[in-house]
Amino acid sequence: MGNGTHLGKVRGLGSSGHGSQHWLQQRLTALGNLLLVGFLVVSLLRLPLGDYGAVHRWAATPMVALALILLVVSVFWHLRLGLQVLIEDYVTGEATRLFALVLLNFYAIGGAAYGIFAIVRIALAPAALGPGGM
Amino acid sequence: MTVSILHRASGDGLAIVGALMFLWWLGAIAGGPEAYAAFVGWVWHDPSPDPDIYHRVTNILGKVVLVGLTWAFFQHLFSGLRHFVLDAGAGYELKTNKLWSSVVVAAGVLATAATWIHILAGTF
Repeated sequence: MGNGTHLGKVRGLGSSGHGSQHWLQQRLTALGNLLLVGFLVVSLLRLPLGDYGAVHRWAATPMVALALILLVVSVFWHLRLGLQVLIEDYVTGEATRLFALVLLNFYAIGGAAYGIFAIVRIALAPAALGPGGM
Repeated sequence: MTVSILHRASGDGLAIVGALMFLWWLGAIAGGPEAYAAFVGWVWHDPSPDPDIYHRVTNILGKVVLVGLTWAFFQHLFSGLRHFVLDAGAGYELKTNKLWSSVVVAAGVLATAATWIHILAGTF
């Protein structure tokens, strides 16, 4: 280690050992996105999006709600990996980069949790009793 | 190189703008009819006879963003499929590589145009 060049600091350490895992997860979630986002886009094009009742009924169908939850998991996992690479490439400075990665994790996990909670609420909350608000 | 840049740009656009729009839409469905009407009023069309300046602006901006997201989706989808082929070790010959790079970019634009012609033909 020591105070040498960037190359000198890492020489001999070997790879981090996480590269292939990142690569593989990105491909697996890409495959998931291909199926699930494809389903969403076709659905969006066929749904009368201005009709709340029709959209809610569609999203509340068990199979659709399940697909939407899987979609949120796959998409947010994939976008976390993609944005991580963006940060690692363009954000310099150890502290700034760490802060950016923490923010990214808040965004990815928080966003996924919000999405899944919304879908569960759509699928399970009886519309007549629901207090509304989200 | 262009395709690689577009892959990243479209991916990051989808990851931030696309994902947030999707969550907003989901939250509006979960929130009930008024929340959903408010969402549609901001993003697509405010049905009030005299919409305020904010809604006038976002009704235009919303469509620009949606067209942009449509393009980003198709671009990222097609260049992503290209990556699967490259991962398999195929398509690295100069001519083949160049051809499919151009196909991917053209397909992204064409699919976006086709989608919006389909949407607008149904709306008007």
